[in-house]
Amino acid sequence: MKIIYRLLPWLFLALFATEIVVVMLPKSPGKFHTAEFGRLPVLLNGRIQPFDSVGRNSLLQIRSTGDVPLEEVPFWKFWHHPEKLRSTEWLLEVFFKPEQADNRPIFLIHHPDLISELKLTDKGLEKSGLRYYSFQDLGPVLAEITAQGRKAGALEDASRTTYQKQVLKLANAVVLYQRLKNSIQPEGTHDFAELLETFRLTVTPGMVALRAQQAGEKFDEKILRRFSMLAQQFDDLGNYAYPLVVPPLDPANKDGWQTIGTSVMESMRAGQLAPAITFYARMAAAYGHADAAEFNSAVAGYKNWLLTNFSREVSKGQSEYYFNRIKLFLHATIIYIMAFVLACGALLTFGLAPSLSESLRRSAFYLICLACVVHTFGLVYRMVLEGRPPVTNLYSSAIFIGWGACVLGLILERIFKIGLGSATAGLAGFITLLIAHNLALGGDTMEMLRAVLDTNFWLATHVVTITLGYSATFMAGALALAYIVLGVFTPLLATQTGDSTLGKALTKMVYAIICFATLFSFVGTVLGGIWADQSWGRFWGWDPKENGALIIVIWNAIILHARWGGLIRDRGLMNLAIFGNIVTAFSWFGVNMLGIGLHSYGFMDAAFKWLMLFNVTQIALILLGLVPLHRWRSFRPAT
Amino acid sequence: MLDRIYRIITSLRLTVVLLSLGLVLVYLGTVAQEPLGLYAAQHRFFRSFFVDASSLYAAVHKSVDMLTQSMGHPLKPLEATKLLSAPRLPAFPGGYLIGVLLLINLFAAHFRYYQPGKRKIGIALIHIGVVLLLVGQLLTDILATESLLHLRHGETKNYTEASRQFELVVVDTTDPVTDKIVAIPTGRLARHREIQHAELPFTIRVQTFYPNSALVEKAAPGYSAVGTTAGFGAGFWWREVPHETEMDKRDMPSAIVELRPPTGSLGTFLTSAYLTRPQEFTHAGRTYQLGIRNERFYKPFTIHLLEFKHDKYPGTEIPKNFSSRVRLQRPATGEDREVLIYMNNPLRYDGETYYQASFDRDNQGTVLQVVRNPSWLTPYLACVLVSIGLLWQFFAHLSGFARKRKPA
Repeated sequence: MKIIYRLLPWLFLALFATEIVVVMLPKSPGKFHTAEFGRLPVLLNGRIQPFDSVGRNSLLQIRSTGDVPLEEVPFWKFWHHPEKLRSTEWLLEVFFKPEQADNRPIFLIHHPDLISELKLTDKGLEKSGLRYYSFQDLGPVLAEITAQGRKAGALEDASRTTYQKQVLKLANAVVLYQRLKNSIQPEGTHDFAELLETFRLTVTPGMVALRAQQAGEKFDEKILRRFSMLAQQFDDLGNYAYPLVVPPLDPANKDGWQTIGTSVMESMRAGQLAPAITFYARMAAAYGHADAAEFNSAVAGYKNWLLTNFSREVSKGQSEYYFNRIKLFLHATIIYIMAFVLACGALLTFGLAPSLSESLRRSAFYLICLACVVHTFGLVYRMVLEGRPPVTNLYSSAIFIGWGACVLGLILERIFKIGLGSATAGLAGFITLLIAHNLALGGDTMEMLRAVLDTNFWLATHVVTITLGYSATFMAGALALAYIVLGVFTPLLATQTGDSTLGKALTKMVYAIICFATLFSFVGTVLGGIWADQSWGRFWGWDPKENGALIIVIWNAIILHARWGGLIRDRGLMNLAIFGNIVTAFSWFGVNMLGIGLHSYGFMDAAFKWLMLFNVTQIALILLGLVPLHRWRSFRPAT
Repeated sequence: MLDRIYRIITSLRLTVVLLSLGLVLVYLGTVAQEPLGLYAAQHRFFRSFFVDASSLYAAVHKSVDMLTQSMGHPLKPLEATKLLSAPRLPAFPGGYLIGVLLLINLFAAHFRYYQPGKRKIGIALIHIGVVLLLVGQLLTDILATESLLHLRHGETKNYTEASRQFELVVVDTTDPVTDKIVAIPTGRLARHREIQHAELPFTIRVQTFYPNSALVEKAAPGYSAVGTTAGFGAGFWWREVPHETEMDKRDMPSAIVELRPPTGSLGTFLTSAYLTRPQEFTHAGRTYQLGIRNERFYKPFTIHLLEFKHDKYPGTEIPKNFSSRVRLQRPATGEDREVLIYMNNPLRYDGETYYQASFDRDNQGTVLQVVRNPSWLTPYLACVLVSIGLLWQFFAHLSGFARKRKPA
C-alpha cells in the first residue's frame, strides 16, 4: 500500500506530462500537406500571421469554435476523438472548394426569434441545444439578413436589442465568410491559372482598345468588353478579399502586402504577375482537382520562394501555427481542474487517512507544478509572438491573473504543506483560463495595440503590477473561502500543522497575501496615474477603470488597518478578504460593463450575469462565515 | 471630554471608517458617471465637501439598475438635467471632506503613536507618500489649468484656448499692426446687465444671454427669431438648451447685446459661440469686431504646425500613432526649434505640457492638450516614497516570518 501512495504522485505527473509531450511532437503531414499551407504567412489585422490563425479566428467569430466537428459523439465516449475539420482544412475548402464549404453547418444562431423570423426553424443542425446553419441554408434569407444587419448597425451599440445584436453578428459573420471565399480566387473559378493567363493575354490588346476608345478612334469592341469585365472582376476581388496574401514586391517595404486582386491589377502596369500569385494559382487548381502531389509541391515551392526575402515572416507563421496547434492553455486548464480535485481529496482525507491524504496532496502539487510550467510556457510563447509584455488586453489579463495566482499558490504550498495552496491555485487557474477561453471568442487575441497603448514600458510596469495585484487579491479571497468552508463544515482548522493550527496558518497566509496585494495594487495604480500624466496630462481623472483600481487599494488598506486596530480577528479578516473578491471582480470586469444598455448580448453581457451570480455566492459565503464560531465544526467546544 | 475627542481623532477605527466611506464614495462616483456624465459626477462626488441628494440618488439608482438588469428588468433611465438642476442637499461626505479628515486622522495618529525605530520607517514613508499624493491632487485641482491648441497644417498661433470657457470680445482693429482687445468672460454676461470698460467708448448692455444655446438659420419649432437690429444674424432663430452632461460635448453660449455710447445706440448684435465670423462695425472713426469665442491664453512664443501624421497598422483602420511636428519660436530669446509631439511623448515647455490629444477628420490639423500643473511632480515623488515604504515593510515582515518558521 505504501509503495502505491509513494508512486501515485509520479504516476499522475507522468500521465499528464506524457500527454503534453505527445501533443508537442511533430505530426505526420498526411496526403495533402495542409499543415504546411496553414503555416504560410499573410498580413491581417495589421500583423503577420499564418493562414491557420486566419481560419481559426474567423471560425471563432462565425461558429464560436476553432474547428468544425464533422460527427456527433456522445459525451460519455470520451476516448473517441470525433472527426473534425481543422481550421486550416476548413479554410482550404472555403478558398478552393467553396461549394463544399457552403454545406458545412458553421453559422451559429442563438436567438429563437431570429431563427423563426428567418424561417429557419426546421433547417440547420442542432447540437447540444445550439443550432448551426450552413451557408446553403442561409441562401434564401441572405438579403433579409443583410438588410436587418444594416439597420442594426446604424444604431448605437448600447441601444441595440438582443435581437438586433444577434442579427448584426450574423450579418457580419456572413460578410466575413464571403470575403474569405473571395480571398484567393473569385468565387466559382474552376481554373484560376487559366483565368490569370486569359487576363494576361487580354491586357495588352485591351489597353490598346481602351486608349483608342478614349482617343475617339476605331477599336475592337469585343476585346475591350472582355478586358473590362475581367478587370472589374479582379478589382472587386481586390476590394473584397479578407487577408492580404501577396507579399510586397519590394522586400524593404514590410507593410506593403496586398490582396490578390490589387496585386493583379497593379501587375498590369508592370506586365509581370507577382510570383506569389502563380503559386496560389497552382495550389488552387491542384486542391480543386484533388491532386495532392501538385498541391504539396506548390506549397513547398511558395515557401522556398518566401524564404529568400521573407524568412522572418515564414518563421513567425510557423511559430504561431505551432502555438495554435498545441493549445497550451487548454491542456493547462485540464491539469488545473485535475489538481484541484486531487487537492480537495487531500484536504478531505486529511484526518481520516493521513498517508492517502499526503499522497493526494503531493499529486496535486506535482500537477500544479506541471500546469504552471505549461501555463508559463504558453504565456512566454505569446509574449514572444507578440513582442509585448504579458498583458495587452482583457484576454491576456485573464491568462496573467491565472498565472499569478498559480505561482502564489505554489509558493504557499511550498511553505504550508497542506494542499490548500494547490487547491486554490488549481481553482484560480481553471476559472481564469475558462474566462480567457470565452473572451477569445471575439476573434484575434493578439490584435495590434491602439496608439496610446503602444508602449512596452508602461505595459510592462503599470499593467503587470496592477494585474499581479488583482491576482493576489483573488488569491487571498480564495484562501479565505477555504478557511470558512473548512472551518464550518470540517474539524480541519483545529488540526496541528507544524507549530500552529491549520486555521492560524491560513490566517498568516491571507494576511501576507493581502500585504502583497496592497503593495502591487497601490504601485500599479500610481504607475497608471503617471502613465496618464505622461500621455494626456492628468494624473488622475476619476475614470471608471482608475476608480476600479483605487477601490482595490482602499479595500486592502481597510483590511490592514482594521486588523492593526484590532477591529477584526481571524474570521473578520477572512470575511473581508472574501469581499475583496467582489471588489476585484468589479474593477476587473464590472467597470467595463457600466455602459451596457437595456438588452445586451454577447460574452460581456452574459459575463455580467455571471458576475452578479459570483457576487451572490461570495455574499452567501460571507454570511456563512458570520455563523457564531462555537457552531463551526472546527471550533466546536469538545463535549 | 477633550481626551475622548483626542482618542477618536487618533484612532485606527476612524481610519477604517473614513477609508470605508472613501471606498463607497469612489464606487458611487463611478457608477454615477453613466447617468450624470463624467464631468458632473467628478464635481459632485470628488471635488466637493458633500455629495448632494440627487446625485446620490442617481448612483444608487444605477446600482439597483445593474442588479435588476441582470435579471432582465432594467429600470427607467434618469434625466440627468433634472437631477443636476435640483437643489443641492448634502447627503453623503464628498471627496474633499473625507480627504481632509483622513489627513487630520493620519497626522494625529502619527503624533500619538509614532516611535522612532527601524520597523516604523516603512510605515512613516508610506504615509508621507499618501499625504503627498492627497495634497498634490488638491493642489492640482486648485492650480492646474487646461486649454487646447488647435492648429491646421501650416498654421501658427501664439495662444491656446479654453475648451469650456468662452469670452465676449471687442477688438479694435483700427491700427493695422496691433489689435486692441477687450475680453469679458461670458460668466459675467449672466450676472451683469450692463458692462463698462475703461477701454471701450460704449457700454455693453446684455439683452439676452443663454449659457447654452442652439442656433439655426431657418424657423424651427421651439425656436424664436433672433431679430437683432445691427450686424448680420437678424434672420437666425435660437433657443436656450440645458447644460451638456456628456463628456465630449460642451455648452455653446449665445447672447444679444446692445452697444450704447453716451448718447444713442449702435443697435443690437447677435454674438454666439456658433458664429466663426465676428460682427463688424465702426464707431467714432474706429473699426471694431465683436463676438463670442473660446477664452484665449496668450503666450510669449509661437507654435507652427509643420506636419501631422496619423499612422495606421497596414491593412486596418487601427491607429498606430498620432504625431505632430511643430516649430517653436520665441522671438525674445531667439529660440527656434522643431519638436515632435506624439502619443506618450509630450512637449514640456515654459511650465506647460503639450500633449497629442486629437486631430481633424481630414488629417490636416492637430489638437494639442495644454496643461499647466505646477504640482505635476508630486505623484512621482509620492509613488517613490510609498513604494520604498511598502517594500520596507514587506521585507521586514517576510524576514521576520522566515525567521519564525526556521526553527520549526
